[in-house]
Amino acid sequence: MSGLMVDAARCVGCKRCERACAFGGIVVEGRLARPTDACTLCGGCVEACPVDAISIERDEAGEGSGRDLSAYRDIWVIAQVDAEGALLPVVFELVGKALELAEARGCQVVAVLGEAGRAPRQAERLAATGVAEVIHTVDERLAYADAEVFAQWICALAEERRPEAMLFGATAFGRELAPRVAVRLQTGLTADCTALDIDPKTGALLQTRPAFGGNLMATIECPAHRPQMATVRPGVFAAPERVTAGAGTGADLAVGIITQAPLAPEVAPRVAVLGIEPVTGGSIAQAERLVVVGRGIGSKKNLPLMERLAELLHAELGCTRPLVEAGWLDYAHQVGQTGAAVAPKLLVSIGVSGAIQHLAGIGGAETVVAINEDAAAPIFGVADYAVVGDAIEVVTELIAQLEARD
Amino acid sequence: MHIVVCVKAVPSSTEVKMDPVTHTIVRDGRESVVNPFDAAALEVALAIKDERAATGEGCRVSVLSMGIPATEALLRDGIARGASDALLLSDRAFAGADTLATSYALSCGIRELGSASMSDVAASGAPEHEEATPGPSLPDLILCGKMAVDGDTAQIGPELAGLFDMPCVTDMRELVAIERGRVTVRHATDAGIELVEVPLPAVLTVAKDIAQPRMPSIAGVRAAAGAPVAVLSAARVQADPARSGLAGSPTQVVRSFVPERSDACEVLEGSVPQQAARIIALAEEAGL
Repeated sequence: MSGLMVDAARCVGCKRCERACAFGGIVVEGRLARPTDACTLCGGCVEACPVDAISIERDEAGEGSGRDLSAYRDIWVIAQVDAEGALLPVVFELVGKALELAEARGCQVVAVLGEAGRAPRQAERLAATGVAEVIHTVDERLAYADAEVFAQWICALAEERRPEAMLFGATAFGRELAPRVAVRLQTGLTADCTALDIDPKTGALLQTRPAFGGNLMATIECPAHRPQMATVRPGVFAAPERVTAGAGTGADLAVGIITQAPLAPEVAPRVAVLGIEPVTGGSIAQAERLVVVGRGIGSKKNLPLMERLAELLHAELGCTRPLVEAGWLDYAHQVGQTGAAVAPKLLVSIGVSGAIQHLAGIGGAETVVAINEDAAAPIFGVADYAVVGDAIEVVTELIAQLEARD
Repeated sequence: MHIVVCVKAVPSSTEVKMDPVTHTIVRDGRESVVNPFDAAALEVALAIKDERAATGEGCRVSVLSMGIPATEALLRDGIARGASDALLLSDRAFAGADTLATSYALSCGIRELGSASMSDVAASGAPEHEEATPGPSLPDLILCGKMAVDGDTAQIGPELAGLFDMPCVTDMRELVAIERGRVTVRHATDAGIELVEVPLPAVLTVAKDIAQPRMPSIAGVRAAAGAPVAVLSAARVQADPARSGLAGSPTQVVRSFVPERSDACEVLEGSVPQQAARIIALAEEAGL
């Protein structure tokens, strides 16, 4: 049986494992560590043990996927288009990262693009991003209503072509599609990776994501199953310029081939769309400049001041989770692990203390300016520029100077 | 109608504190609570049950979890709020499960809830959709929170839908109607809020603010105290050991570490007007 094993001959009863455990999953009694029912086999204690007394044993059954891993090759990027039919920015970010991984591994990048009728066709645009191949089809059933239709198409392709890894944007659609593909292929999926690396020899994808509310980062592997699957939040990786520019614009890229691969005729969508209320306003995830406000702005009556500042900076307005929960701003403004990941050139953070879940969403920002009264606020740990002072006073002055410019 | 609500026990606070010196997690007697997204899912199910009770129709709401034995208390609380019955899958064989192994274990529990022995609990809750296959009956609706506040993966709902080949709607914001074997909901997508309709049986995952969970009633608490919460092992629900727990989890944590923080932070000194001028200069560099 698999589980946590403690080597009694090595354990010195130092209790470091007990302190390292977030779950109360291990206790030291009589100078010997013993796992409890609360153990989730997260491996935190294995790392913490100074004498290597703790290990996680796996049954052979777990390794026996019976798959010949060497039969799997290449990295696939699953592309998504927006309501107008244009490729989402996250597609370029993923292609950029996939090209980097493929170079290390010595394999190719293949993009998969399913489009429904209306749109401008994106296959040629995608083929110019540096990918070796675009697997493409146009089919009315591949509207974004039913992720299952996409899942069936992608799974059929993956079973035939056997990719080593598949990357999805962690959009609302990607977060629904990826698990449906993973469960059909019975393979592992890591959500919201913030770093991806590859072992050049084994092809093991090293997938790093925040764990335990972001206080720890965990690196996750999928050793015995293929394809290895990961989702990545928009804005986490920067899209390389040559990828966004594309071949034929002076970028040193070859144009990939386009292969048509139709969806099986028997696949039928079951989700019927009766209506849609489109999102209004700018998206904070795409903003070049962003003003993010937190509880430190004091009260809701200061919000118009913040909105005015955002307007003058031609910036979008984001906020922390407590402000959404208090009903000051709606969810579309929320930045953080449970909101949007943002990647502006400039982020002005006002009255934000910097809870770890919030920080998990702003890692992509190029420059962070933080304004906060509390010099010890964790936000200053990730800021490039700090103003320790009264947020309202600084914002009022900023508005005065910006208004004077116009 | 039969509705299964999947719930997860999570720490009452996700603000896990780290000891800055030893880099270990500081635990201060944190209790477990039902993941708030799942509590909202239960409320949606109970509202359907209430509505159907008012028109004299039956509705069985089952609460299902996989977790440590102490999770039983949270399931009993679900009964106190109005659920019909509860099932806890608790076994060391389930420990270390990633989302694939968790959704598999839950699927075994869902089949068990539809078996003859368990569905007597609420005879009024016979499924209303037509069964495609013989054997244990599947519920009409499986409700999950959109995600758990601790893991944040949002994978369980879509994976359950895949295992049962049911349609799935994620991030539901409003339940509009259930009638004639179809459910109509509003849910959030990349393009906006969509109004969609799917045939039953179906899996729905809900946003946290879809409903305010009710408090248990006094009668409910009394009833829950004596209500049966089935606590079953992996073998009892016929879970394949090779697909359960650590053995059934394709993903493994190979390393965990404390994220690095940038300490190259420049404090803008001077008067407020000087500070403001520097910030505007930075905005100009960023394309203003």
